[in-house]
Amino acid sequence: MTAYVIRRLWQMIPTIAGVILLIFFLFNWVGGDPAQVLAGKISNPEQIANIRKQLGVDQPYWYQLWVFVQQVFTFDFGRSWSTNEEVSRILLTRVGPTLTIMIPVLVIETVLAVLFAIMVAYVRGSVTDRTIMIVCTVAMSISFLVYIIVFQWLFGFILGWFPVQGWSESFWKNLFTYAPLPIMLAVFVGLAPQLRLYRSFFLDEINQDYVRTARAKGLPEKKVMLKHVLRNAMIPILTNIGISLPGIFVGSFLLEVFFSVPGLGREIITAVNRSDFPVIKAVTVYLAILTMLINLIVDVMYKYVDPRVSFK
Amino acid sequence: MSAVLTNPPSPPAIESPGLWTLAWRRLRQDTVGMVSLVVVAFFLMMMASSYFGIVAKDWAREKGVSYANPSFLAGAENLEAQAMAKKVAESKVPPVDLSDIDPLAPRYKEWEERAAKIAVTEVKRAESLPLGGDKWGRDVLQKVVKGSEVSIFVGITAALFATALGTMLGAAAGYWGGWVNDFLEWFYNVFTSIPYILLILAFAAVAAATGKFGKGILPIVLILGLTGWTGPYRLIRAEYIKHGNREYVKAAQAIGASNFSRMFVHILPNVSHVALVQLSQHTVQFIKAEVILSFLGFGVPVDMVSWGTMLAEAQNELVIGKWWQLFAAGAAMAILVTAFSLLTDSLRDALDPKLK
Repeated sequence: MTAYVIRRLWQMIPTIAGVILLIFFLFNWVGGDPAQVLAGKISNPEQIANIRKQLGVDQPYWYQLWVFVQQVFTFDFGRSWSTNEEVSRILLTRVGPTLTIMIPVLVIETVLAVLFAIMVAYVRGSVTDRTIMIVCTVAMSISFLVYIIVFQWLFGFILGWFPVQGWSESFWKNLFTYAPLPIMLAVFVGLAPQLRLYRSFFLDEINQDYVRTARAKGLPEKKVMLKHVLRNAMIPILTNIGISLPGIFVGSFLLEVFFSVPGLGREIITAVNRSDFPVIKAVTVYLAILTMLINLIVDVMYKYVDPRVSFK
Repeated sequence: MSAVLTNPPSPPAIESPGLWTLAWRRLRQDTVGMVSLVVVAFFLMMMASSYFGIVAKDWAREKGVSYANPSFLAGAENLEAQAMAKKVAESKVPPVDLSDIDPLAPRYKEWEERAAKIAVTEVKRAESLPLGGDKWGRDVLQKVVKGSEVSIFVGITAALFATALGTMLGAAAGYWGGWVNDFLEWFYNVFTSIPYILLILAFAAVAAATGKFGKGILPIVLILGLTGWTGPYRLIRAEYIKHGNREYVKAAQAIGASNFSRMFVHILPNVSHVALVQLSQHTVQFIKAEVILSFLGFGVPVDMVSWGTMLAEAQNELVIGKWWQLFAAGAAMAILVTAFSLLTDSLRDALDPKLK
């Protein structure tokens, strides 16, 4: 297994190099001269030249690329162009709120989706199954924006069950006061597509021979579904969770914007609005690396879920 | 034995139906698919007639009072419009007499006379509109129609661009193999290792800061297209690998068909159904993405109306109880997206019955 992990890590190097090149191409080459953006409308040539020198954009491209590579590996992206805060500090302080929302979302959503999916798959073809599937399809076609606007208005503004928006210093207060409404929304919206997907995973398993065998030897239905079918369907479910896992670090940026959660997602939107290139570059590169690492961890975890998997 | 071998009678020539004919027959039998097709066709016609100015031509005209009520709520009280009317009435109070110090005072009379000659018709603003009005009294129904033009156009062109790009790259990787494949696979890995939404925002940041992606709706089409090619690429590449060694391609080679001809004349029609389903899926995805990006201000410019910009206005309106713009834009989009998704499923079933 060690050999497998080492080989996978080794294979990441060209991809990471590619990500760095892509980001560099996008921001330094296409993005061009940031001095105009930074200096604003009122500026003299001297000021612009000064800023160019400070940022190093007067250097040749190969030198800028070298600086960028150094930044990636020393975790030092300098300071934000708009707030002058250190980029590494921005990233570290914004991850907390995002995870406070996204980890509960992931857990609740997965548990509910698996539970509902197994129930719906069990009564496949029935009126209940069809109704739920139609409701899911319709629910999925309504824009996330509409859900947020209506939920925030209904539960925050009209009913007043939750604060409309906000965030505090205390973790517990955040988790139990400010986070529930965004969490509920994300779960509500994420449930429909996941339910549909997981239902198809269960349906694939329910028709297998081993299920018939289990029934033939007289096992109770509960045991057949929750032990035999669930365990086998866990493999594609795990893959799906693995795919969505890197996303929890970006968070649902729309939720963060609407509910004023000082998380990474909102930070990215602010950075895009202010053309704050260092922040976007840093977030993109590190999340790409994180995605690759998470994929590796998920692949290793397969081994424990499914003993048939071998590391080649 | 002197059995005479006669030629068996040649069977009557029955033209065997092609892929598209068969698919169309299967789709015809699919009620859900046909209903969705009609709904999607309706939206496309609405978009076209809005583009050619047949309907919703004067969507920007302020024909109603501020936040005019929808027709079915015509009697309801409209505090915003009353406040606006009061403001207008107050502004008509004659100003304080400054004629002894105002240097322009002697000419006022002449100007008033000239102004009186120009006929000004006071536009009577409607109290209610079919689906209500927005803050400036524009007709929400017409806005939805006009907005569909931008939203659907962006969705379709971006999906066409992404699918075309993905198909070209996938064809190259699958057909040539070797280093072309290695290079494109590397490229694919790079694009997919960045979370999709982050990739879109990174492109949007550069587009917004430099303006190099063009003006109007071009940037959003480019952003969605340049980031969305990975899905079609993967599937088309797999198809080309599968078809590359088939006999019909070898036969084409034997009669001297060039590589280009084999790739695009011989193989492409046989895999185009995969591309079509991808096109349909991406259109849905991009219509949804356009709404969110426009809301955040990275999508269509402010002087255009799309479902996304309508929802952006709707957020503040809801708080003062004006729900119709949110409802109209949200419902129009939900109907189209539902129909389009169901149509995509039916298309896939019709074009690839093995999947079912």
